[in-house]
Amino acid sequence: MSTAAGPGDRPRPGLRILAANRWSILVLPAAVFLAVFFLAPLALMSLRSVTDPAGAGLSNYEKFFAQEAYLRVLTNTFWIAVISTVTCLVVGYPFAYLMTIVPGRVAGLLLIAVLLPFWSSLLVRTFAWQVILRDTGIINRFLIDLGLISEPLTLIRTTVGVILGMSHILLPFMVLPIYAVMRRIDPEFGRAAANLGASPASAFLRVFVPLSLPGVVAGCLLVFVLALGFYITPALLGGLRDQMISQLIVQQIQQRLDWGFGTAMSVLLMAITLVILFIASRAVRLRDVFGSAVED
Amino acid sequence: MTESWRQPRRLLMAALGALTVFYLLAPTLVIVPMSFTEARILSFPPEGFSLQWYERMFTDRQWSSGMVNSAQVAVLTAILATVLGTLAALGLTRGRFPGRSLVNAVALTPLIVPVVIIAIGMFSLFVQWRISGSLLGLVLAHTALALPFVIVNVGTSLRTMDRNLELAAANLGADPRRAFMRITLPIILPGVLAGAIFSFITSWDEVVVAIFLTSARFRTLPVEMWEQVRQVVDPTVAAVSTTLLVVTTVLLLLLLVVRRQAPVR
Repeated sequence: MSTAAGPGDRPRPGLRILAANRWSILVLPAAVFLAVFFLAPLALMSLRSVTDPAGAGLSNYEKFFAQEAYLRVLTNTFWIAVISTVTCLVVGYPFAYLMTIVPGRVAGLLLIAVLLPFWSSLLVRTFAWQVILRDTGIINRFLIDLGLISEPLTLIRTTVGVILGMSHILLPFMVLPIYAVMRRIDPEFGRAAANLGASPASAFLRVFVPLSLPGVVAGCLLVFVLALGFYITPALLGGLRDQMISQLIVQQIQQRLDWGFGTAMSVLLMAITLVILFIASRAVRLRDVFGSAVED
Repeated sequence: MTESWRQPRRLLMAALGALTVFYLLAPTLVIVPMSFTEARILSFPPEGFSLQWYERMFTDRQWSSGMVNSAQVAVLTAILATVLGTLAALGLTRGRFPGRSLVNAVALTPLIVPVVIIAIGMFSLFVQWRISGSLLGLVLAHTALALPFVIVNVGTSLRTMDRNLELAAANLGADPRRAFMRITLPIILPGVLAGAIFSFITSWDEVVVAIFLTSARFRTLPVEMWEQVRQVVDPTVAAVSTTLLVVTTVLLLLLLVVRRQAPVR
Protein backbone atom coordinates (compact mmCIF):
# COMPACT_ATOMS: atom_id res chain seq x y z
CA MET A 1 0.00 0.00 0.00
CA SER A 2 1.16 3.53 -0.50
CA THR A 3 1.85 4.54 3.04
CA ALA A 4 3.72 7.48 4.46
CA ALA A 5 7.11 8.31 3.04
CA GLY A 6 9.66 5.61 3.75
CA PRO A 7 13.22 6.04 4.85
CA GLY A 8 14.33 6.01 1.23
CA ASP A 9 12.66 9.32 0.61
CA ARG A 10 15.38 11.50 1.99
CA PRO A 11 18.88 11.19 0.57
CA ARG A 12 21.26 10.16 3.29
CA PRO A 13 24.40 12.13 3.96
CA GLY A 14 26.65 9.30 2.82
CA LEU A 15 24.81 8.88 -0.43
CA ARG A 16 25.81 12.10 -2.12
CA ILE A 17 26.64 10.30 -5.34
CA LEU A 18 23.02 9.32 -5.79
CA ALA A 19 21.67 12.55 -4.37
CA ALA A 20 18.55 14.36 -5.43
CA ASN A 21 18.73 16.43 -8.54
CA ARG A 22 20.29 13.88 -10.82
CA TRP A 23 17.26 11.67 -10.27
CA SER A 24 14.80 14.45 -11.05
CA ILE A 25 15.55 14.45 -14.76
CA LEU A 26 14.18 10.89 -15.07
CA VAL A 27 10.66 12.30 -14.67
CA LEU A 28 11.03 14.31 -17.84
CA PRO A 29 10.20 11.67 -20.51
CA ALA A 30 6.96 10.62 -18.82
CA ALA A 31 6.04 14.22 -18.01
CA VAL A 32 6.53 15.31 -21.62
CA PHE A 33 4.68 12.23 -22.84
CA LEU A 34 1.65 12.93 -20.65
CA ALA A 35 1.70 16.62 -21.53
CA VAL A 36 1.65 15.90 -25.27
CA PHE A 37 -0.54 12.82 -25.49
CA PHE A 38 -2.83 13.24 -22.49
CA LEU A 39 -3.07 16.83 -21.26
CA ALA A 40 -2.92 18.47 -24.68
CA PRO A 41 -5.87 16.43 -26.01
CA LEU A 42 -7.92 17.35 -22.93
CA ALA A 43 -6.95 21.02 -23.20
CA LEU A 44 -7.75 21.23 -26.90
CA MET A 45 -11.01 19.43 -26.30
CA SER A 46 -11.94 22.03 -23.68
CA LEU A 47 -11.04 24.78 -26.12
CA ARG A 48 -13.21 23.19 -28.77
CA SER A 49 -16.26 23.40 -26.51
CA VAL A 50 -16.19 27.21 -26.79
CA THR A 51 -14.95 27.54 -30.39
CA ASP A 52 -17.01 24.94 -32.27
CA PRO A 53 -19.01 26.20 -34.15
CA ALA A 54 -16.93 29.32 -34.73
CA GLY A 55 -17.60 31.97 -32.12
CA ALA A 56 -19.64 29.56 -30.02
CA GLY A 57 -18.65 31.11 -26.72
CA LEU A 58 -20.74 29.58 -23.97
CA SER A 59 -23.64 28.69 -26.26
CA ASN A 60 -22.89 24.96 -26.09
CA TYR A 61 -23.13 25.08 -22.33
CA GLU A 62 -26.29 27.17 -22.46
CA LYS A 63 -27.82 24.58 -24.76
CA PHE A 64 -27.18 21.89 -22.17
CA PHE A 65 -28.73 23.75 -19.27
CA ALA A 66 -31.68 25.02 -21.32
CA GLN A 67 -32.92 21.54 -22.24
CA GLU A 68 -34.68 19.54 -19.62
CA ALA A 69 -33.94 16.30 -21.49
CA TYR A 70 -30.19 16.83 -21.13
CA LEU A 71 -30.43 17.74 -17.48
CA ARG A 72 -32.44 14.60 -16.90
CA VAL A 73 -29.56 12.54 -18.28
CA LEU A 74 -27.26 14.25 -15.80
CA THR A 75 -29.53 13.61 -12.80
CA ASN A 76 -30.04 10.05 -13.99
CA THR A 77 -26.27 9.59 -14.15
CA PHE A 78 -25.98 10.83 -10.58
CA TRP A 79 -28.71 8.51 -9.34
CA ILE A 80 -27.28 5.44 -11.00
CA ALA A 81 -23.88 6.33 -9.55
CA VAL A 82 -25.35 6.81 -6.07
CA ILE A 83 -27.30 3.54 -6.13
CA SER A 84 -24.32 1.61 -7.48
CA THR A 85 -22.12 3.09 -4.75
CA VAL A 86 -24.57 2.16 -2.00
CA THR A 87 -24.98 -1.35 -3.41
CA CYS A 88 -21.21 -1.83 -3.54
CA LEU A 89 -20.85 -0.58 0.03
CA VAL A 90 -23.56 -2.87 1.38
CA VAL A 91 -22.03 -5.91 -0.33
CA GLY A 92 -18.40 -4.87 -0.07
CA TYR A 93 -18.07 -3.80 3.56
CA PRO A 94 -18.98 -7.17 5.14
CA PHE A 95 -16.81 -8.92 2.58
CA ALA A 96 -13.78 -6.73 3.35
CA TYR A 97 -14.39 -7.38 7.04
CA LEU A 98 -14.56 -11.10 6.38
CA MET A 99 -11.20 -10.89 4.62
CA THR A 100 -9.63 -9.46 7.77
CA ILE A 101 -10.92 -12.12 10.16
CA VAL A 102 -10.29 -15.31 8.18
CA PRO A 103 -6.91 -17.09 8.27
CA GLY A 104 -4.27 -15.66 5.95
CA ARG A 105 -4.53 -18.42 3.35
CA VAL A 106 -8.29 -17.96 2.95
CA ALA A 107 -7.85 -14.19 2.87
CA GLY A 108 -5.41 -14.66 0.00
CA LEU A 109 -7.98 -16.67 -1.94
CA LEU A 110 -10.68 -14.10 -1.27
CA LEU A 111 -8.30 -11.40 -2.49
CA ILE A 112 -7.79 -13.33 -5.72
CA ALA A 113 -11.58 -13.54 -6.07
CA VAL A 114 -11.61 -9.74 -5.93
CA LEU A 115 -8.58 -9.14 -8.15
CA LEU A 116 -9.56 -11.48 -10.99
CA PRO A 117 -12.78 -9.64 -11.86
CA PHE A 118 -11.05 -6.33 -11.12
CA TRP A 119 -8.61 -6.97 -13.96
CA SER A 120 -11.00 -8.78 -16.31
CA SER A 121 -12.34 -7.04 -19.36
CA LEU A 122 -15.23 -4.73 -18.56
CA LEU A 123 -16.73 -5.47 -21.95
CA VAL A 124 -16.65 -9.23 -21.36
CA ARG A 125 -18.24 -8.83 -17.94
CA THR A 126 -20.97 -6.61 -19.35
CA PHE A 127 -21.54 -9.05 -22.18
CA ALA A 128 -21.93 -11.81 -19.62
CA TRP A 129 -24.65 -9.81 -17.86
CA GLN A 130 -26.34 -9.31 -21.19
CA VAL A 131 -26.40 -13.07 -21.69
CA ILE A 132 -27.72 -13.59 -18.17
CA LEU A 133 -30.42 -10.93 -18.21
CA ARG A 134 -31.87 -10.97 -21.71
CA ASP A 135 -35.32 -12.35 -22.46
CA THR A 136 -33.92 -15.71 -23.57
CA GLY A 137 -31.16 -15.44 -20.97
CA ILE A 138 -30.16 -17.67 -18.10
CA ILE A 139 -32.41 -16.16 -15.45
CA ASN A 140 -35.54 -16.16 -17.60
CA ARG A 141 -34.91 -19.67 -18.95
CA PHE A 142 -34.40 -20.92 -15.42
CA LEU A 143 -37.56 -19.31 -14.04
CA ILE A 144 -39.64 -20.50 -17.01
CA ASP A 145 -38.29 -24.05 -16.68
CA LEU A 146 -39.26 -24.01 -13.02
CA GLY A 147 -42.72 -22.91 -14.04
CA LEU A 148 -42.55 -19.80 -11.88
CA ILE A 149 -43.22 -17.48 -14.80
CA SER A 150 -44.67 -18.02 -18.26
CA GLU A 151 -43.56 -14.80 -19.91
CA PRO A 152 -39.94 -13.67 -19.64
CA LEU A 153 -39.30 -10.87 -17.17
CA THR A 154 -37.89 -7.70 -18.66
CA LEU A 155 -34.47 -7.52 -17.06
CA ILE A 156 -32.34 -6.17 -19.84
CA ARG A 157 -32.71 -2.57 -21.01
CA THR A 158 -33.83 -1.64 -17.50
CA THR A 159 -32.35 0.42 -14.70
CA VAL A 160 -32.11 -2.71 -12.58
CA GLY A 161 -29.94 -4.33 -15.25
CA VAL A 162 -27.60 -1.34 -15.38
CA ILE A 163 -27.24 -1.26 -11.61
CA LEU A 164 -26.66 -5.01 -11.34
CA GLY A 165 -23.94 -4.86 -13.97
CA MET A 166 -22.30 -1.70 -12.68
CA SER A 167 -22.28 -2.83 -9.05
CA HIS A 168 -20.75 -6.12 -10.13
CA ILE A 169 -18.03 -4.35 -12.08
CA LEU A 170 -17.33 -1.71 -9.42
CA LEU A 171 -17.43 -3.95 -6.33
CA PRO A 172 -13.64 -4.59 -6.28
CA PHE A 173 -13.04 -0.82 -6.22
CA MET A 174 -15.04 -0.72 -2.99
CA VAL A 175 -13.55 -3.80 -1.35
CA LEU A 176 -9.88 -3.02 -1.97
CA PRO A 177 -9.62 0.38 -0.24
CA ILE A 178 -11.78 -0.76 2.68
CA TYR A 179 -9.73 -3.92 3.11
CA ALA A 180 -6.50 -1.90 2.93
CA VAL A 181 -7.64 0.22 5.88
CA MET A 182 -9.23 -2.62 7.87
CA ARG A 183 -6.18 -4.80 7.89
CA ARG A 184 -4.10 -2.02 9.38
CA ILE A 185 -6.46 -1.67 12.35
CA ASP A 186 -4.65 -2.86 15.43
CA PRO A 187 -6.54 -5.77 17.04
CA GLU A 188 -5.32 -4.45 20.40
CA PHE A 189 -8.01 -1.78 20.18
CA GLY A 190 -10.64 -4.47 20.11
CA ARG A 191 -9.09 -6.26 23.05
CA ALA A 192 -8.91 -3.01 24.95
CA ALA A 193 -12.61 -2.39 24.29
CA ALA A 194 -13.46 -5.91 25.44
CA ASN A 195 -11.36 -5.49 28.57
CA LEU A 196 -13.21 -2.30 29.33
CA GLY A 197 -16.43 -4.27 29.21
CA ALA A 198 -17.68 -3.70 25.68
CA SER A 199 -19.68 -6.52 24.13
CA PRO A 200 -18.30 -7.84 20.81
CA ALA A 201 -21.09 -6.05 18.94
CA SER A 202 -20.49 -2.75 20.64
CA ALA A 203 -16.70 -3.07 20.27
CA PHE A 204 -17.28 -3.65 16.57
CA LEU A 205 -19.68 -0.76 16.13
CA ARG A 206 -17.94 1.78 18.33
CA VAL A 207 -14.29 0.94 17.72
CA PHE A 208 -13.80 -1.06 14.53
CA VAL A 209 -16.33 0.67 12.28
CA PRO A 210 -15.13 4.22 13.05
CA LEU A 211 -11.54 3.15 12.45
CA SER A 212 -12.50 1.67 9.09
CA LEU A 213 -14.25 4.84 7.90
CA PRO A 214 -11.29 6.24 5.91
CA GLY A 215 -11.48 3.11 3.76
CA VAL A 216 -15.22 3.50 3.37
CA VAL A 217 -14.85 7.11 2.27
CA ALA A 218 -12.10 6.15 -0.17
CA GLY A 219 -14.09 3.23 -1.60
CA CYS A 220 -17.31 5.22 -2.00
CA LEU A 221 -15.44 8.07 -3.63
CA LEU A 222 -13.69 5.80 -6.09
CA VAL A 223 -16.83 3.88 -7.03
CA PHE A 224 -18.94 7.02 -7.35
CA VAL A 225 -16.47 8.89 -9.52
CA LEU A 226 -15.88 5.88 -11.77
CA ALA A 227 -19.61 5.23 -12.03
CA LEU A 228 -20.26 8.78 -13.26
CA GLY A 229 -18.17 8.07 -16.37
CA PHE A 230 -19.54 4.63 -17.26
CA TYR A 231 -20.30 4.09 -20.92
CA ILE A 232 -20.12 0.46 -22.06
CA THR A 233 -22.30 -1.03 -19.33
CA PRO A 234 -25.29 1.34 -19.57
CA ALA A 235 -25.03 1.20 -23.36
CA LEU A 236 -25.41 -2.59 -23.40
CA LEU A 237 -27.65 -3.18 -20.37
CA GLY A 238 -29.74 -0.02 -20.14
CA GLY A 239 -32.78 1.20 -22.02
CA LEU A 240 -33.28 4.59 -23.61
CA ARG A 241 -34.45 6.06 -20.32
CA ASP A 242 -31.33 4.88 -18.51
CA GLN A 243 -29.03 6.92 -20.71
CA MET A 244 -25.98 8.19 -18.86
CA ILE A 245 -23.97 11.30 -19.66
CA SER A 246 -21.13 9.41 -21.37
CA GLN A 247 -23.60 7.84 -23.79
CA LEU A 248 -25.05 11.26 -24.58
CA ILE A 249 -21.55 12.60 -25.24
CA VAL A 250 -20.66 9.75 -27.60
CA GLN A 251 -24.02 10.05 -29.35
CA GLN A 252 -23.54 13.76 -30.00
CA ILE A 253 -20.05 13.25 -31.37
CA GLN A 254 -20.37 9.97 -33.26
CA GLN A 255 -23.87 10.29 -34.65
CA ARG A 256 -24.71 13.99 -34.68
CA LEU A 257 -21.09 15.08 -35.28
CA ASP A 258 -21.85 17.94 -32.91
CA TRP A 259 -18.35 18.35 -31.55
CA GLY A 260 -19.04 21.63 -29.82
CA PHE A 261 -21.90 20.27 -27.74
CA GLY A 262 -20.21 16.90 -27.14
CA THR A 263 -17.01 18.49 -25.90
CA ALA A 264 -18.96 20.96 -23.74
CA MET A 265 -20.64 18.06 -21.94
CA SER A 266 -17.26 16.34 -21.64
CA VAL A 267 -15.86 19.44 -19.94
CA LEU A 268 -18.85 19.45 -17.57
CA LEU A 269 -18.37 15.79 -16.66
CA MET A 270 -14.64 16.31 -16.20
CA ALA A 271 -15.27 19.39 -14.03
CA ILE A 272 -17.79 17.53 -11.87
CA THR A 273 -15.33 14.66 -11.40
CA LEU A 274 -12.44 16.95 -10.51
CA VAL A 275 -14.52 19.06 -8.11
CA ILE A 276 -15.67 15.95 -6.25
CA LEU A 277 -12.09 14.73 -6.01
CA PHE A 278 -10.88 18.14 -4.91
CA ILE A 279 -13.41 18.30 -2.10
CA ALA A 280 -12.59 14.74 -1.16
CA SER A 281 -8.86 15.41 -1.18
CA ARG A 282 -9.38 17.47 1.98
CA ALA A 283 -10.75 14.38 3.73
CA VAL A 284 -8.61 11.54 2.36
CA ARG A 285 -5.27 11.24 0.63
CA LEU A 286 -6.11 10.62 -3.02
CA ARG A 287 -2.90 8.70 -3.49
CA ASP A 288 -4.18 6.21 -0.94
CA VAL A 289 -7.53 5.95 -2.70
CA PHE A 290 -6.09 5.15 -6.09
CA GLY A 291 -2.99 3.48 -4.77
CA SER A 292 -5.02 0.82 -3.01
CA ALA A 293 -6.87 0.11 -6.23
CA VAL A 294 -3.86 -0.51 -8.40
CA GLU A 295 -1.56 -2.46 -6.14
CA ASP A 296 -2.39 -5.47 -4.06
CA MET B 1 -4.91 -12.63 16.02
CA THR B 2 -8.11 -10.70 15.53
CA GLU B 3 -10.10 -12.76 18.01
CA SER B 4 -11.67 -9.79 19.70
CA TRP B 5 -13.40 -8.58 16.53
CA ARG B 6 -14.82 -11.99 15.86
CA GLN B 7 -18.57 -12.10 15.80
CA PRO B 8 -20.46 -15.15 16.99
CA ARG B 9 -22.40 -15.36 13.74
CA ARG B 10 -19.66 -17.15 11.87
CA LEU B 11 -21.96 -19.21 9.72
CA LEU B 12 -23.76 -16.12 8.53
CA MET B 13 -20.45 -14.49 7.64
CA ALA B 14 -19.31 -17.58 5.76
CA ALA B 15 -22.55 -17.73 3.79
CA LEU B 16 -22.30 -14.04 3.02
CA GLY B 17 -18.70 -14.50 1.88
CA ALA B 18 -19.60 -17.41 -0.36
CA LEU B 19 -22.44 -15.44 -1.92
CA THR B 20 -20.19 -12.47 -2.56
CA VAL B 21 -17.51 -14.62 -4.18
CA PHE B 22 -20.27 -16.11 -6.33
CA TYR B 23 -21.46 -12.63 -7.31
CA LEU B 24 -17.88 -11.62 -8.13
CA LEU B 25 -16.95 -14.63 -10.23
CA ALA B 26 -19.98 -16.56 -11.50
CA PRO B 27 -21.54 -14.01 -13.87
CA THR B 28 -18.34 -13.72 -15.89
CA LEU B 29 -17.66 -17.44 -15.86
CA VAL B 30 -20.99 -18.39 -17.48
CA ILE B 31 -19.41 -17.28 -20.74
CA VAL B 32 -16.77 -20.01 -20.67
CA PRO B 33 -18.97 -23.14 -21.08
CA MET B 34 -21.11 -21.29 -23.60
CA SER B 35 -18.12 -20.89 -25.90
CA PHE B 36 -17.90 -24.67 -26.35
CA THR B 37 -21.47 -25.12 -27.57
CA GLU B 38 -22.43 -27.08 -30.64
CA ALA B 39 -25.48 -24.92 -31.22
CA ARG B 40 -25.45 -21.97 -33.57
CA ILE B 41 -26.79 -19.61 -30.96
CA LEU B 42 -25.59 -18.77 -27.47
CA SER B 43 -27.34 -20.96 -24.96
CA PHE B 44 -26.98 -21.99 -21.38
CA PRO B 45 -26.51 -24.76 -20.53
CA PRO B 46 -24.52 -25.30 -23.73
CA GLU B 47 -25.47 -28.12 -26.07
CA GLY B 48 -22.79 -30.71 -26.72
CA PHE B 49 -19.13 -29.89 -27.03
CA SER B 50 -17.36 -28.29 -29.93
CA LEU B 51 -14.33 -26.17 -30.64
CA GLN B 52 -15.84 -24.73 -33.80
CA TRP B 53 -16.17 -21.21 -32.38
CA TYR B 54 -12.51 -21.12 -31.46
CA GLU B 55 -11.67 -22.37 -34.92
CA ARG B 56 -13.82 -19.62 -36.32
CA MET B 57 -12.06 -17.05 -34.15
CA PHE B 58 -8.66 -18.09 -35.44
CA THR B 59 -9.67 -18.46 -39.09
CA ASP B 60 -12.08 -15.59 -39.57
CA ARG B 61 -10.06 -12.68 -40.92
CA GLN B 62 -11.65 -9.99 -38.79
CA TRP B 63 -11.36 -11.86 -35.52
CA SER B 64 -7.86 -13.14 -36.13
CA SER B 65 -6.48 -9.81 -37.29
CA GLY B 66 -8.16 -8.25 -34.25
CA MET B 67 -6.30 -10.67 -32.04
CA VAL B 68 -2.95 -9.94 -33.68
CA ASN B 69 -3.57 -6.19 -33.46
CA SER B 70 -4.55 -6.43 -29.80
CA ALA B 71 -1.45 -8.42 -28.93
CA GLN B 72 0.81 -5.99 -30.78
CA VAL B 73 -0.71 -2.93 -29.17
CA ALA B 74 -0.59 -4.50 -25.71
CA VAL B 75 3.05 -5.61 -25.97
CA LEU B 76 4.23 -2.24 -27.31
CA THR B 77 2.17 -0.42 -24.66
CA ALA B 78 3.66 -2.56 -21.90
CA ILE B 79 7.20 -1.83 -23.10
CA LEU B 80 6.72 1.91 -23.54
CA ALA B 81 4.74 2.40 -20.33
CA THR B 82 7.18 0.34 -18.27
CA VAL B 83 10.22 2.28 -19.49
CA LEU B 84 8.62 5.70 -19.08
CA GLY B 85 6.90 4.78 -15.82
CA THR B 86 9.94 3.22 -14.16
CA LEU B 87 12.08 6.27 -14.98
CA ALA B 88 9.33 8.56 -13.73
CA ALA B 89 8.94 6.59 -10.48
CA LEU B 90 12.68 6.87 -9.85
CA GLY B 91 12.56 10.61 -10.47
CA LEU B 92 9.46 11.09 -8.34
CA THR B 93 10.65 9.13 -5.31
CA ARG B 94 14.28 10.24 -5.34
CA GLY B 95 14.32 13.54 -7.15
CA ARG B 96 13.78 16.92 -5.54
CA PHE B 97 12.39 19.52 -7.88
CA PRO B 98 9.72 22.20 -7.88
CA GLY B 99 6.30 20.96 -8.97
CA ARG B 100 7.01 17.39 -7.91
CA SER B 101 3.64 16.94 -6.24
CA LEU B 102 1.94 18.40 -9.31
CA VAL B 103 3.64 15.87 -11.58
CA ASN B 104 2.68 13.17 -9.08
CA ALA B 105 -0.97 14.21 -9.28
CA VAL B 106 -1.01 14.56 -13.07
CA ALA B 107 0.58 11.12 -13.43
CA LEU B 108 -2.45 9.59 -11.69
CA THR B 109 -5.16 11.54 -13.56
CA PRO B 110 -5.51 9.04 -16.44
CA LEU B 111 -7.11 6.76 -13.82
CA ILE B 112 -9.66 9.36 -12.81
CA VAL B 113 -10.80 11.24 -15.90
CA PRO B 114 -13.74 9.38 -17.46
CA VAL B 115 -12.39 7.31 -20.29
CA VAL B 116 -14.95 8.57 -22.80
CA ILE B 117 -13.57 12.07 -22.34
CA ILE B 118 -9.99 10.87 -22.81
CA ALA B 119 -11.08 9.02 -25.94
CA ILE B 120 -12.77 12.05 -27.47
CA GLY B 121 -9.89 14.38 -26.63
CA MET B 122 -7.31 12.04 -28.11
CA PHE B 123 -9.40 11.28 -31.17
CA SER B 124 -9.87 14.98 -31.89
CA LEU B 125 -6.13 15.63 -31.77
CA PHE B 126 -4.84 12.37 -33.24
CA VAL B 127 -6.98 12.87 -36.34
CA GLN B 128 -5.17 16.14 -36.96
CA TRP B 129 -1.83 14.42 -36.41
CA ARG B 130 -2.91 11.64 -38.78
CA ILE B 131 -2.20 8.91 -36.24
CA SER B 132 -5.81 7.99 -35.55
CA GLY B 133 -6.72 4.52 -36.78
CA SER B 134 -3.11 3.38 -36.58
CA LEU B 135 -1.06 1.11 -34.36
CA LEU B 136 1.09 4.05 -33.27
CA GLY B 137 -1.86 6.18 -32.18
CA LEU B 138 -3.43 3.44 -30.10
CA VAL B 139 -0.12 2.50 -28.45
CA LEU B 140 0.46 6.13 -27.45
CA ALA B 141 -3.07 6.40 -26.07
CA HIS B 142 -2.88 3.14 -24.12
CA THR B 143 0.53 4.08 -22.76
CA ALA B 144 -0.98 7.21 -21.21
CA LEU B 145 -3.69 5.05 -19.59
CA ALA B 146 -1.18 2.48 -18.35
CA LEU B 147 1.48 4.84 -16.96
CA PRO B 148 -0.16 5.32 -13.54
CA PHE B 149 -0.03 1.58 -12.85
CA VAL B 150 3.71 1.45 -13.51
CA ILE B 151 4.46 4.61 -11.56
CA VAL B 152 2.47 3.47 -8.51
CA ASN B 153 3.88 -0.06 -8.45
CA VAL B 154 7.51 0.86 -9.05
CA GLY B 155 7.13 3.80 -6.68
CA THR B 156 5.96 1.48 -3.90
CA SER B 157 8.89 -0.87 -4.50
CA LEU B 158 11.28 2.06 -4.32
CA ARG B 159 9.80 3.53 -1.17
CA THR B 160 9.76 0.24 0.69
CA MET B 161 13.29 -0.86 -0.28
CA ASP B 162 16.15 -0.45 2.12
CA ARG B 163 18.50 2.12 0.71
CA ASN B 164 21.23 1.03 3.10
CA LEU B 165 21.84 -1.77 0.60
CA GLU B 166 22.86 0.81 -1.99
CA LEU B 167 24.97 2.55 0.59
CA ALA B 168 26.70 -0.73 1.36
CA ALA B 169 27.36 -1.31 -2.33
CA ALA B 170 28.80 2.19 -2.62
CA ASN B 171 30.98 1.63 0.42
CA LEU B 172 32.23 -1.59 -1.11
CA GLY B 173 33.37 0.40 -4.13
CA ALA B 174 30.52 0.08 -6.61
CA ASP B 175 29.98 3.19 -8.70
CA PRO B 176 26.40 4.54 -8.72
CA ARG B 177 25.51 2.92 -12.01
CA ARG B 178 26.78 -0.44 -10.93
CA ALA B 179 25.05 -0.12 -7.57
CA PHE B 180 21.81 0.66 -9.38
CA MET B 181 22.07 -2.21 -11.86
CA ARG B 182 23.24 -4.80 -9.35
CA ILE B 183 21.31 -3.79 -6.23
CA THR B 184 18.40 -1.43 -6.89
CA LEU B 185 17.06 -2.89 -10.11
CA PRO B 186 16.84 -6.50 -8.87
CA ILE B 187 15.06 -5.31 -5.73
CA ILE B 188 12.45 -3.26 -7.56
CA LEU B 189 12.11 -5.77 -10.40
CA PRO B 190 8.88 -7.32 -9.05
CA GLY B 191 7.34 -3.84 -9.00
CA VAL B 192 8.55 -3.21 -12.55
CA LEU B 193 7.16 -6.55 -13.74
CA ALA B 194 3.85 -5.85 -12.01
CA GLY B 195 3.72 -2.53 -13.82
CA ALA B 196 4.46 -4.22 -17.14
CA ILE B 197 1.77 -6.86 -16.61
CA PHE B 198 -0.81 -4.29 -15.53
CA SER B 199 0.06 -2.19 -18.59
CA PHE B 200 -0.38 -5.16 -20.88
CA ILE B 201 -3.76 -6.00 -19.36
CA THR B 202 -4.89 -2.36 -19.43
CA SER B 203 -4.27 -2.24 -23.16
CA TRP B 204 -5.46 -5.79 -23.90
CA ASP B 205 -8.88 -5.15 -22.34
CA GLU B 206 -9.31 -1.48 -23.24
CA VAL B 207 -12.28 -0.75 -25.46
CA VAL B 208 -13.56 2.83 -25.20
CA VAL B 209 -10.46 4.69 -26.39
CA ALA B 210 -9.92 1.93 -28.93
CA ILE B 211 -13.44 2.41 -30.34
CA PHE B 212 -12.48 5.96 -31.26
CA LEU B 213 -8.87 5.40 -32.30
CA THR B 214 -9.34 2.34 -34.50
CA SER B 215 -10.78 2.09 -37.98
CA ALA B 216 -12.44 -0.61 -40.05
CA ARG B 217 -8.97 -1.55 -41.30
CA PHE B 218 -7.29 -1.58 -37.92
CA ARG B 219 -9.36 -3.02 -35.11
CA THR B 220 -8.50 -4.64 -31.81
CA LEU B 221 -10.26 -7.68 -30.40
CA PRO B 222 -12.41 -5.78 -27.86
CA VAL B 223 -13.52 -3.30 -30.55
CA GLU B 224 -14.44 -6.13 -32.91
CA MET B 225 -16.38 -7.66 -30.03
CA TRP B 226 -18.10 -4.34 -29.27
CA GLU B 227 -19.24 -4.12 -32.90
CA GLN B 228 -20.65 -7.65 -32.68
CA VAL B 229 -22.42 -7.64 -29.31
CA ARG B 230 -24.68 -4.84 -30.42
CA GLN B 231 -25.90 -6.88 -33.37
CA VAL B 232 -26.49 -10.59 -33.79
CA VAL B 233 -24.41 -12.55 -31.37
CA ASP B 234 -23.05 -15.92 -32.40
CA PRO B 235 -21.03 -18.05 -29.97
CA THR B 236 -17.75 -16.76 -31.45
CA VAL B 237 -18.18 -13.79 -29.13
CA ALA B 238 -18.17 -16.20 -26.20
CA ALA B 239 -14.97 -17.80 -27.51
CA VAL B 240 -13.38 -14.37 -27.87
CA SER B 241 -14.51 -13.41 -24.35
CA THR B 242 -13.03 -16.59 -22.96
CA THR B 243 -9.76 -15.88 -24.75
CA LEU B 244 -9.63 -12.35 -23.33
CA LEU B 245 -10.34 -13.70 -19.83
CA VAL B 246 -7.79 -16.50 -20.04
CA VAL B 247 -4.97 -14.17 -21.11
CA THR B 248 -5.74 -11.74 -18.27
CA THR B 249 -6.06 -14.49 -15.69
CA VAL B 250 -2.85 -16.23 -16.67
CA LEU B 251 -0.95 -12.94 -16.47
CA LEU B 252 -2.40 -12.15 -13.04
CA LEU B 253 -1.49 -15.56 -11.68
CA LEU B 254 2.00 -15.08 -13.11
CA LEU B 255 2.13 -11.81 -11.24
CA LEU B 256 1.21 -13.52 -7.97
CA VAL B 257 4.08 -15.96 -8.50
CA VAL B 258 6.49 -13.10 -9.19
CA ARG B 259 5.33 -11.32 -6.05
CA ARG B 260 5.80 -14.39 -3.93
CA GLN B 261 9.38 -14.74 -5.08
CA ALA B 262 10.17 -11.08 -4.53
CA PRO B 263 13.63 -10.94 -2.94
CA VAL B 264 12.88 -8.00 -0.66
CA ARG B 265 9.47 -6.75 0.28
